[in-house]
Amino acid sequence: METILNIQNLNKTYKSAGRVLTVLDDINFSIGTGSTNAIVGPSGSGKTTLLGLCAGLDSASSGIVELNGIGLGNLGEDKRAQVRNQYVGFIFQNFQLLPTLTALENVMVPLELRGEKNIKARSQDLLDKVGLADRGHHYPAQLSGGEQQRVSLARAFSNSPKILFADEPTGNLDAETSEKVVKLIFDLNREAGTTLVLVTHDLELAAKTHRIIKIKGGKLVADERTGNE
Amino acid sequence: MKEPVMNNQHMDTVNYNRKINFAWLFKMALRDSRRNRSRLLLFISSIVFGIGALVAIYSFKYNIQNDINDQAATLIGADLTITGNKVPDAKLKALIDPLGNERSQERSFASMIYFTKNKGTRLVQVRALEGNFPYYGTLETVPLQAGTNFKKGKYALVDKTLMLQFNAKVNDSIKVGNITFVIAGLLNKAPGQTGISSGIAPVVYIPLRYLEQTGLAKLGSRITYSYFYKLKRNQNVSKLVKKLEPKLDKDGFNYETIETRKENTGRAFADLSRFLSLVGFIALLLGCVGVASAINIYIREKIQSIAIMRCMGVKASEAFLIYLIQITGIGLIGSFAGALLGSGIQHLLPLVLKDFLPITISVGISWMAVWQGILLGIIISVLFALLPLISIRNISPLNTLRLSVDDITTIKDPLRWMVYLLVLLFITSFSYLQLDSWMGAGIFTIGIAIAFLILTAIAWLLIRFTRLLVMSSWSYIWRQGFANLYRPNNQTIILTVSIGLSTAFICTLFLIQQLLIGQVTLSTGANQSNMILFDIQSPQEKAVANLTRKQGLPILSQVPIITMRIDKVNGKTATDVKKDTTLRISPRVFTYEYRVTYRDSLTSSEKITSGSWIGKSEPGKEIPVSAEERFAERAKVKIGDKLLFNVQGIMMSAYVSSIRKVNWNKISTNFQIVFPTGVLEDAPQFHVLLTHVPSNAVSAKFQQIVVQQFPNVSIIDLGLVLNVLDELLNKIGYVIKFMSGFSIITGIIVLISSVRISKYQRIQESVLLRTLGASRKQIFAITALEYLFLGALSALTGIVIAIGSSWLLAKYNFDMPYNVSLLPVGIIFIVITLLTVIIGLLNSRGILNKPPLEILRSNT
Repeated sequence: METILNIQNLNKTYKSAGRVLTVLDDINFSIGTGSTNAIVGPSGSGKTTLLGLCAGLDSASSGIVELNGIGLGNLGEDKRAQVRNQYVGFIFQNFQLLPTLTALENVMVPLELRGEKNIKARSQDLLDKVGLADRGHHYPAQLSGGEQQRVSLARAFSNSPKILFADEPTGNLDAETSEKVVKLIFDLNREAGTTLVLVTHDLELAAKTHRIIKIKGGKLVADERTGNE
Repeated sequence: MKEPVMNNQHMDTVNYNRKINFAWLFKMALRDSRRNRSRLLLFISSIVFGIGALVAIYSFKYNIQNDINDQAATLIGADLTITGNKVPDAKLKALIDPLGNERSQERSFASMIYFTKNKGTRLVQVRALEGNFPYYGTLETVPLQAGTNFKKGKYALVDKTLMLQFNAKVNDSIKVGNITFVIAGLLNKAPGQTGISSGIAPVVYIPLRYLEQTGLAKLGSRITYSYFYKLKRNQNVSKLVKKLEPKLDKDGFNYETIETRKENTGRAFADLSRFLSLVGFIALLLGCVGVASAINIYIREKIQSIAIMRCMGVKASEAFLIYLIQITGIGLIGSFAGALLGSGIQHLLPLVLKDFLPITISVGISWMAVWQGILLGIIISVLFALLPLISIRNISPLNTLRLSVDDITTIKDPLRWMVYLLVLLFITSFSYLQLDSWMGAGIFTIGIAIAFLILTAIAWLLIRFTRLLVMSSWSYIWRQGFANLYRPNNQTIILTVSIGLSTAFICTLFLIQQLLIGQVTLSTGANQSNMILFDIQSPQEKAVANLTRKQGLPILSQVPIITMRIDKVNGKTATDVKKDTTLRISPRVFTYEYRVTYRDSLTSSEKITSGSWIGKSEPGKEIPVSAEERFAERAKVKIGDKLLFNVQGIMMSAYVSSIRKVNWNKISTNFQIVFPTGVLEDAPQFHVLLTHVPSNAVSAKFQQIVVQQFPNVSIIDLGLVLNVLDELLNKIGYVIKFMSGFSIITGIIVLISSVRISKYQRIQESVLLRTLGASRKQIFAITALEYLFLGALSALTGIVIAIGSSWLLAKYNFDMPYNVSLLPVGIIFIVITLLTVIIGLLNSRGILNKPPLEILRSNT
């Protein structure tokens, strides 16, 4: 299996009130293309920080983060933005849709940024796939939480990412909606052959992936296969 | 566990050099503004009035320039005018007599006239005219032909305000000196005359050939001799005056051509428009504060959206450009609105200023002014929005995962300092354009920077101190109200700066206006002179004094006056001073005609500041004179320095024996130069007598008797002058108020938008408090306390800054004594504080009146 994400000796420290706070301490792992992975751990364990570093949203204090063979450590924020636009999709706990754009426009943004053609039809297709074909002209505030997360899913897949990062994708949804959204994530992921990395508290959701990486106190404490190959 | 293998062969290449797609940026800017347009318009509305004021003033300025160019010939009425205070000597006469195709001459002087029908008397400007002047424009009269026909006999043209004042009609009679003239017509306007000037010295035209018979043109009379010429079409005027200038200068004659009048009038209006532009600029600067604070909050609210875009691959520069486009677009709309408003307002300016203008003002859209206004609006919107805009570059995409506590405004950012520099440069250069002095522009900019720093420091101290002051024993409402001043996302600094600066600007304008008006309000107490009799010839001196006493009126002062010029200061002539600027002697020292007196003692309004007073001149010794201190400063003379006086043709050498401080505000006969006794007694002179008349009836009766017995004596009724001055000051006050109105409206808009934007910061927590069970009354009280404290402190700081700046202006710019009337300042304080509280509460009303859930949903 080819590697899409390679993490070596990753450390992240912050300075807080004059002392150094270690959030991530010597993390090492690799993720294969097309796999589904969960990062789990208690609150404050550093899993969201790890996701941010893996996705190139932040830079590490030391260590290597390679995404699709590109070392993110040497890149400035603008270049990392280009990498994200080309290879990465995101799903957030609080959906993070642009409130001033309609659902359809939110889905179109990553494609527009890449200067691609036939954007509207492709985005409309994606909205269709997540069951929101008729809600394209609605603004986020006019949609329910579940609908917003589905728009967010359509947007995440719009640029045909190689890797999809999801931060507590069901954290703000009720059980029934969560189930629908999770099914959609896995279905779309399988269909597109995307690698999935999700951060969650939900062990039931984590169990649906191929692999669970456990973080505690900023350290990687376990890395297990779930047998869902 | 089987580890994945890195295979770089399958790697795609990333296009790091993606070109910026401007069309997409425009589209995003438009999309992003969708739900904020009304708010953005409110922010930018703060520049509308500033731009409006400037476009109006610029349009007015350009139209005036055009009008002056078009009407310059009618302002002067001739191609060349030569004026002097004496009859030209034979040599000069030979030089000027053959000039031009057509010639006219005029003698003008102040004199009393007597309305025979109702026995009224009034001091007027008599103009005795011969020839067909004006050659350009007309003497505007009713009936129309009177302007030319009055020269055919003993006819006069009388100013319309005089006709109204004395209820006189055409064909009534007036007596000028010994001669009675029939009023041929009512004079509406003469070349170069303004409404104000005719109010102060109304004009009466009579034919020159009767002047001698009036008996008013005697030796010692202060007559101005004017000669008007219509030149040949192809004659080079500048070449001609160049040839005449040395002789005219030497003989103390002035000349004016259409070109010089154009320049002089243009310069006078440049001063007027400069003052108006500065007031407009203050309105605009207030607007800038509004733009900066509003965009700052706007960008803070956009952090999440920007972080999302960054997550999806938008570069920092692209995010910056999206908002720059948005702000430029809104700035453009604001500027267009301002230009539209300004083009409308300029129609009002001539109505406000018409009494000060000698020309007919045309009103039309000045595209130059419109484009200048729009350009200025865009520059200002962008420049003052730049500080918050550049912080967009520091917004991390990590904000999508967790609310970043990172401060997006870093003090180390070099771009930030560059923007500060640009703002300072802009304020300095723009004020230079208005003031035409780097020194003035520098002081203005430093003043604003100091005001800004003081307000920021006060706000900073407030945040620090309130934190320490709030006691746990206080009631919850007080604690919460005060805590709002220092808790995260507080508005303390921005509101203090914007409310404080608005208050400072408005209050400074107000205080200066009060000082200017107070300065010229003359008091007329019972023991003070309110009537001046002048042009009393030496043989009449005693008789006039006796007549005054006989009428039961006191003689408060009676002084002789001799007119003279200065030829040399310490051996230097006007020509030397022109050549050697290091002498720094004002050229006015040599051109001014001094009215000098002689006496042996000081008056109560004088005080010697250096040297010693010498009241009597010793025969055979050099003459000691006393110089007033401001004259001494202009002439750069100190004790012992030499002055050569030209006393109507006789040269007289003197030295400065003392320098005096004179209280010019007191109504008495004050002089720049005082001679000792024993020198000027035999020189041609006239006398001035000051008295106090108790009522208008006594004044009218006394004037009638004096005019009948001494037709050459002129009388100034200060009561009448005060009325005219009062009217003039009201008009000036109206102009100042009119222009300050723009600043005040802008200040209120800035206040509304500053307080309004703070609403968005407070919504979440107010809703939370209501959810937790706080009553509407409690939230109302918390909000009121927060704004009351902010409004009061900002207004107070602004007032203190205004007092400081108005004191500096009074001392260094206007050179007048300073005082502050506490009542109006107190009213400004209360109004600004209340306005802050009211606007704050009105903004919170939406939150108070709706169920928390509705607001929470609408803010999702």
